Amino acid sequence: MLTLQGLQQRSALLQATRSFFIERAYLEVDTPLRLPILLPESNLIPFTSEDWFLHTSPELCMKRLLARGCTQIFQICHCFRKEESGRIHQSEFTMLEWYHRGWDYQDLMRECEALITSLCRLFPQFPGIGLEGRLCWEDSHVSLTPPWERLTVAEAFHRYAGAGVNEVLAHGDFDEVLVTAVEPQLGRERPTFLYDYPVALGSLARRSPYDPQVAERFELYIAGLELANGFSELVDPQEQRSRFSLEIERIQRTGQAASMPEKFLEELASIGETAGIALGLDRLFLLFMGRTHIAEVVPFISEEL
Amino acid sequence: MYTASDLRKGLKIQIDGEPYIVTEFDFSKPGKGQALYRTKMRNMITGIQFTQTYRSNDKFDRPNLEERNMQFLYAQDDEYHFMDTVSFEQIFLSKEQLGDNLNFLIDNMEVTVLFFGERPIDVTLPTFVNLEVMVADPWAKGDTSGTDTKPVTVQTGFQLQVPPFVEQGDKIQIDTRTGNYITRVKE
Repeated sequence: MLTLQGLQQRSALLQATRSFFIERAYLEVDTPLRLPILLPESNLIPFTSEDWFLHTSPELCMKRLLARGCTQIFQICHCFRKEESGRIHQSEFTMLEWYHRGWDYQDLMRECEALITSLCRLFPQFPGIGLEGRLCWEDSHVSLTPPWERLTVAEAFHRYAGAGVNEVLAHGDFDEVLVTAVEPQLGRERPTFLYDYPVALGSLARRSPYDPQVAERFELYIAGLELANGFSELVDPQEQRSRFSLEIERIQRTGQAASMPEKFLEELASIGETAGIALGLDRLFLLFMGRTHIAEVVPFISEEL
Repeated sequence: MYTASDLRKGLKIQIDGEPYIVTEFDFSKPGKGQALYRTKMRNMITGIQFTQTYRSNDKFDRPNLEERNMQFLYAQDDEYHFMDTVSFEQIFLSKEQLGDNLNFLIDNMEVTVLFFGERPIDVTLPTFVNLEVMVADPWAKGDTSGTDTKPVTVQTGFQLQVPPFVEQGDKIQIDTRTGNYITRVKE
């Protein structure tokens, strides 16, 4: 639960985030939270609402707005994911998601650098900001001066786990090795963009034109904390359909229902080259506010309700 | 039946027929990845600890654990006999099972015994117990420093540090979690 001072800090960060995007000619949108169908993602468990769902991210509706001709949009909204609760997880959390037509994932990495360094310049007095504008979290003092580190998933697994990413993936241990061996090392001196994920782990991301094994997906890490996930969006309806089929199969194997989002696929072809990213705002605020538990930066947690 | 999403610090689960308590817990979920439940567990019988990562579809039995209020009756050889205060059933525990609890255990004391099925596996004493001081050096009158302590031995044979004014024959209250002196008790 937040003190009055914490609420003021959160409010200042929210407003500054909005201003950043509005100054860059992004259109703010607010899409429905409650939907009759979700994009099939086998590792997310949605809450049902009557016979609809609370969205797990605003991706579906925001991409449909791109299909209608929007070129730069952003949204700050709450998302809901069942059975996610821990030091840096809450079932209901605040997401910042934005899309930029004509861009790819490298452009988005640069915009992440700009967003977070500008917030840091605006709030040098915040508890999480130390000397020379470093973000200080736990035992890390992270310099935000760009360019930030860019590390491929293959390089990271080799460097920090001494393992080949494809072998780990074939063994079914990708997530476990990532969480225990790789993530804690990322973004310690300066933020890290971990990028070029195996295609199987980027269901909504475009295949790299340089290496068909990988998808143009990245995650941003600061002080070992995963903050954002971005893609060069997959906009080929045929390939998206076949990737969704795999996800739907996985979901159905767990006994849950899932179906093909046909309207989404119909409109996908008219989006054109686009990059999109989702950033966990509560986690970013956690860093700026110098707290250790996500519950300390939101007005209420479920246990208080 | 528990699932992995029920895991949290302090939860008691059964693995391979034995009861375990979760002593550390961390939820992680890499972006677009699966939920991982990282735990440290302690075997409630052997005390052996281990770490293990679970996934969403892992399931655990609930251990059949029951707490019963019992009274300490007497010790014979290395067997410590207790009686259920409701059913009057009698059981005994070994010296090893009682461990440090023996520092504070006296006749007729009411304790909580934890059973795994029919098997008693742990004893919880009252947080505060009053014990009689059997051996103490006399208080050197005029020593008003007030900060000094001296060692005494209580009726169970346990030794602890107390303020200098505590004398042989006094009753003192002790915190059984720490073994620390709390206060002198007036009869």
